[in-house]
Amino acid sequence: MTNVKVDITVNGRTTTDDVEPRLLLAHYLRENLGLKATNIGCDTTSCGACTVLLDGESVKSCTVLAVQADQLAVTTMEGLAGESGDSLDNPVTAAFRAEHGLQCGFCTPGMVMAVTGLIAENPDLDERAVREGLEGNLCRCTGYHNIVRAALVAAGKDPDAEQEIEAESDAARTAPGFSAGSGS
Amino acid sequence: MSIMGTRVVRVEDPVFLTRGATYTDDLTDERLTGALHLTLVRSPIAHATITSIDVEAAREAPGVVAVLTGADIDLEAPLLFAGAPKQMVRPWLATERVRFVGEPVAAVLTEERYQGPDAAELVDVDYEPLPAVVDVREALKDENLLFPDAGTNTCSVYNKEDPDPDFFADCEVVVTREIINQRVAAASLETRAASAAWGDDGRCTLFVSNQNAQGARDEVAGWLGVDASQIHVILPDVGGGFGAKIGADPEFALVAWLARHTGRPVRWSESRSENMTGMVQGRDQRQTITIGGSRDGRVKAYRLDVIADAGAYPRLGVFLPVFTRMMAPGTYDIEKVDSRATVVVTNTTSTAAYRGAGRPEATSAIERAMDLFAAEIGMDPAEIRKINVVAPEKFPFTTKGGVEYDSGEYAKAIDLALEASDYATLREVQKARRERGDAKQIGIGVSSYVEITGGGAFAENASLEVHADGTALVWTGTSPHGQGHATAWAMLASEQLGIPVDKITVRHGDTDHVPRGGGTMGSRSLQTGGVAVHQASLELIDLAKARAAEILEASVEDLEVDTANAAIVVRGAPGSPTVSFAQLAEREELKVQTVFDGKKATFPFGSHVAVVEVDTETGKVTVERIWAVDDAGPVLNPLLCEGQRHGGIAQGIAQALLEEVVFDPDGQPLTATFADYGFPSAAELPSFDLVTMETPTPINPLGFKGIGEAGTIGSAPAVQSAVVDALSHLGIRHIDMPTTPLRVWEAIQDAVKEDG
Ligand code: FES
Ligand code: FES
Repeated sequence: MTNVKVDITVNGRTTTDDVEPRLLLAHYLRENLGLKATNIGCDTTSCGACTVLLDGESVKSCTVLAVQADQLAVTTMEGLAGESGDSLDNPVTAAFRAEHGLQCGFCTPGMVMAVTGLIAENPDLDERAVREGLEGNLCRCTGYHNIVRAALVAAGKDPDAEQEIEAESDAARTAPGFSAGSGS
Repeated sequence: MSIMGTRVVRVEDPVFLTRGATYTDDLTDERLTGALHLTLVRSPIAHATITSIDVEAAREAPGVVAVLTGADIDLEAPLLFAGAPKQMVRPWLATERVRFVGEPVAAVLTEERYQGPDAAELVDVDYEPLPAVVDVREALKDENLLFPDAGTNTCSVYNKEDPDPDFFADCEVVVTREIINQRVAAASLETRAASAAWGDDGRCTLFVSNQNAQGARDEVAGWLGVDASQIHVILPDVGGGFGAKIGADPEFALVAWLARHTGRPVRWSESRSENMTGMVQGRDQRQTITIGGSRDGRVKAYRLDVIADAGAYPRLGVFLPVFTRMMAPGTYDIEKVDSRATVVVTNTTSTAAYRGAGRPEATSAIERAMDLFAAEIGMDPAEIRKINVVAPEKFPFTTKGGVEYDSGEYAKAIDLALEASDYATLREVQKARRERGDAKQIGIGVSSYVEITGGGAFAENASLEVHADGTALVWTGTSPHGQGHATAWAMLASEQLGIPVDKITVRHGDTDHVPRGGGTMGSRSLQTGGVAVHQASLELIDLAKARAAEILEASVEDLEVDTANAAIVVRGAPGSPTVSFAQLAEREELKVQTVFDGKKATFPFGSHVAVVEVDTETGKVTVERIWAVDDAGPVLNPLLCEGQRHGGIAQGIAQALLEEVVFDPDGQPLTATFADYGFPSAAELPSFDLVTMETPTPINPLGFKGIGEAGTIGSAPAVQSAVVDALSHLGIRHIDMPTTPLRVWEAIQDAVKEDG
């Protein structure tokens, strides 16, 4: 296999390398660039631990070849941490901390990027939209409760109020007189 | 102001949210420079004899440094569970026979990561298939043996006494049923990983993803036949464990052995597909429950018969029925309790601990039994539970199985859950829907549970040192992998010393620094390791006072801690000289090392109410709400405690509704990827309603019990019960977990048929 030259802007910096055509973007980030926040949790594009932004849209970097990202811009969680590399000024990462939206941290970089992408797409999120928007990102630790809250906070919402509304919509569904059932 | 009980955000998070955590596969440690990558060739067949292994082509592949088979390894094959028949050893790499899909057959070492799978494909193994034993009843027949030398597939029997035929003689009503607590995968998001490097000093540094560094060190050393002091285990950040990362995996020792054999560091990190067959799995009990009592709702006798599946090579799963038997009667005060368990090997992945480990199996069984009994006598499921739970004045309460429950108020927990959920209204809603004959019905499930935490190792150690710059360092024998001990342990030290949390560093998981430690498992950490940090803080204060007495020219009795200034002061003498911990540390090392031994386990308890909606036309179940009362004593940090409960509840719901590890009759895994396994996403789950209740234990000075597994233990039976309850008007009494749309739909079809 002949290697292919790629130029990829990663977190605002131009990177370039000769890579195998089959090299996954996730591995390019982790191995070639040493950016190890992005994790790999599966081999079927199911878990989202590898989620990054590609030209602003969230993608699973285990399912993109490095050569496909040639001439494009990638943002990983490291890219949200400012020049110093340790800033928590970003509204998404700050919300994850405040709401305890992470435990073991393995899903976290992917979750953070997925939430970032979600808010960019639709800033007016409610709990349902967050839950459905994060369907491709698995977390084994948090039961998603606090991840959903973190996403709502990052979107400028009051998580208590949003959770209340969602819970009441369940109540409405289960209340007498309201039913999607056929009644037969 | 006390920091106890406050929502301190995690000190772990800034790194995790910027550079990301450092898991084993992320390591750039210089000891691993030039490491080889290990790729394991795994058996694609569940049961077969190996007729030949040809590695020549693989040896010629680009980047290959070595390809080894079992014939190349000079270590004795280990027995992975001490109590199992001694013939049931697991080969390092199978040479004669494979016993499950995923069993390692050959090891390929390459210079680059991508070269490994390429070369592994060239390893040519000839298998002669044998009939696979997948079902536990089939295994019990001993017709096809996994280990012919052992002469049986049974690896353990608990309680060999024949059941008393008159056990239920004085019961007006007796109900019996076989139920399945299905096999599930721990599915930690980080798969297993290990890296090893031998130094010039003849010691091996072994980095592993695990829940207990010290335990892993001892096992690996034993398997390699070296002294434990020769193995230095370091745990980098660990991406979840849930019980499946307790104890060393044989792969860890293989990595260390290969590193010694090749003279180069070796790295290994498995793929998810490997993980879904290679990492131990949980639960998998076939249970027969029999419950008897009187028509007024009083349960008099309960029997639990278990057949548990150990998988191909016995591991911790063989032990877990012990916990199941211990906790068989649950929260109930039952006159007669009887249980027995048999554990067999099958041609499947080995089983071991998974969140709850033996206790969820007990809880689900007794909770199903209570529901079946209630349905039989026409009593409300909440009511029957309240009639039968242990009364608060009976604590400490010794069960018929001889287990001493420390403290509890079981009926109160049920009441709190009923109140929070407005249970009476839910029943009215249900009634209205039934009367209308809606296609979408709701079901309400109530669970009452008690579990055992800190049931393995009762003691834990901690060291605490204050430095001259005013910072402090804690080393703990616990092994957090998401639980937030760095924050929680710092809070405990800060409470006593007054040193701010952000100036206290908590470290763990390095056997050179903490030679002894029990790790994090069985919800033991806070009540053992946390209390040890508290005790270390008190001991450090005593030491500081003794030294300060000389400096301040006061008697020790007159000294106290001024937490506002992290200093020792003379009581009731404002303005008199003081000396800070930092100043004391400047003069002389200020450090203590202690062991706290609670000597006993604790018994958290609670009650969950779940509401599900079941679409009777499709069988689809949606969890609408779940209210959880989980009482684990005083809460140190509500943020962390709630996080543990959320995660636990989600895993319990997942078992009740979605998850199951499935093997076909040939032992082929049908759920070996995340595309096939029913791991829930945020879209399948609701937010959770948590209700607070705090009943301290007398077992330790802070009253703490464990919270790690409670959510799972309480939620699975509540949700399963709710699904059945939604369909009880059709005469349905039970549906096995997971209550998938297919299963629910089939149950409805069967019920309708019987009715017609
Ligand atoms: S690693 Fe990319 S989706 Fe799982
Ligand atoms: S925090 Fe562990 S997987 Fe999400």
